[in-house]
Amino acid sequence: MTDAATTMLPAAPKPGGGAPRPAPGERELPGWLRWVAPVVVGILILAVWIFWVDVLGTAPRMLPSPIAIAEEFVRRFPIILDDMKITATNALIGLVVGSLLALLFAGLAAAAKPVDGMLAPLVSALAVIPIVAVTPILNTMFGASSQFGRQAVATIAAFIPVFVNVLRGLRQTRPVHRDVLRSSAASPWQTFRMLTLPTALPYLMTGLRIASSLAVIAALVAEYFGGPADGIGTAIATYAKSGRAALAWAYVLGGILIGLVFFLVTSLLERLATRRSPV
Amino acid sequence: MTDRAVQASGVGKVFPTKTGEVVALTDVELDVAAGEFVSLIGPSGCGKSTLLRLIADLDQATSGTLEIFGKPAKRARIDQDYGIAFQQAGLLPWRTVGANIALPLELHGTGRADRVSRVAELAELVGLSDFVDRYPDQLSGGMQQRVAIARALAARPKLLLMDEPFGALDEMTRERLQSELTRIAAETSAAVVFVTHSIPEAVFLSDRVVVMSPRPGRITDVIETGLGDVRDEALRESPEFFDRVTAVREALHGTPVTRASES
Repeated sequence: MTDAATTMLPAAPKPGGGAPRPAPGERELPGWLRWVAPVVVGILILAVWIFWVDVLGTAPRMLPSPIAIAEEFVRRFPIILDDMKITATNALIGLVVGSLLALLFAGLAAAAKPVDGMLAPLVSALAVIPIVAVTPILNTMFGASSQFGRQAVATIAAFIPVFVNVLRGLRQTRPVHRDVLRSSAASPWQTFRMLTLPTALPYLMTGLRIASSLAVIAALVAEYFGGPADGIGTAIATYAKSGRAALAWAYVLGGILIGLVFFLVTSLLERLATRRSPV
Repeated sequence: MTDRAVQASGVGKVFPTKTGEVVALTDVELDVAAGEFVSLIGPSGCGKSTLLRLIADLDQATSGTLEIFGKPAKRARIDQDYGIAFQQAGLLPWRTVGANIALPLELHGTGRADRVSRVAELAELVGLSDFVDRYPDQLSGGMQQRVAIARALAARPKLLLMDEPFGALDEMTRERLQSELTRIAAETSAAVVFVTHSIPEAVFLSDRVVVMSPRPGRITDVIETGLGDVRDEALRESPEFFDRVTAVREALHGTPVTRASES
């Protein structure tokens, strides 16, 4: 059951890490081109965007010039930052709590078959429903002034990829390693600490990286369904409705920044953990 | 402690499968003296690896009695009476060479200072003193296998079990490690049970070669090599060596081998 859920998520960490090897007949890009290329694409898109809005003037009214968005972002930065803090905190709480719960339950499921059997359908059910769909219910349950509903949504969103990946990682120990530990008369706890856990670590990190983005998305989207009048999502909805396009987009930029920070930090952790992947 | 490293009598192993029981080993009688080097040789499916795994208590015999230094196999495993090396080095990739060698010591609560000095000693023994801080993926296959041997020796066992440890290596590395192994076995005065499917390897290393045969796995012959304690490169070219190789080959095939290219 869990395997079905696994296939919906990005693949498990590949041994070796680093840059993917180019296919036969494909030449590897020189180092400088690898970061220059996306920068050039970004500049091109901005140029077309500016040309469309400021020169042609045929763009829809809700799509302001990137220059106007940047100006708005700088001018309103203090209040945008306050809302960013709210959303980022909700996402972070969701990520941490969801990951800890996922670790606990994955450990239980790996240790005891019946627990796995009980959790598998539940996790599959959680994985297929859009989590934000339950947000209005949670908001009503916990009151309009509580951030709890949003944090709960982020928690559930983060739980699933961590659970699925960790459970998978806990089952990746190689027979020869198990033989080595057994022949050295290692206790079950020592085997877990010295073999099972380190083997699962890269899988945990992959789960965390996927969960970090999901937690930010869930925390932000949850704000569209009510709750306290703060956070990036609430601001985007408010200013979009009142026609302040540049400010709404400035908040979108704030949301992107939160997502980027979460993604970069967890990607870095993943890279550190997969440095020594199984030989 | 007795002077018998391994004592097996009437040992059998039956694996239950969906299509009925498979007899992997039947009626094995084998004694290995302390300090003795014994090779198990035979075609695939003759149960040589199974026998080694029974001695190591990685599997349990279904019949007969098996004693390691006069104790049941399980007791011997828990007491760390043997060290073991497999065909795959089986090093933990997130640990350095030194930490891999020290693994058995760490599992048994040896203090850090003792571990460090023992690791230095073992790294010296297998010729890897300069590589203690490297990681396994920075080593060649032959070097990884040396680390595995050092790890097997970490707890100073008096019995070394080896399951085709050089099976995945190239011929030159293999011969060099064979010479090193005879030296190490002599220096540590440990008994060795060595599984292989290479006739020259078995003859070069062993005091006795145990020839096994499949369906059902059993011991069909035991050949004393009588080649003495000195195992050097000259031995590989000596007439006695070829003589024993022929003897083992004939025992494996069950009939005298006709020499087509005799000159």
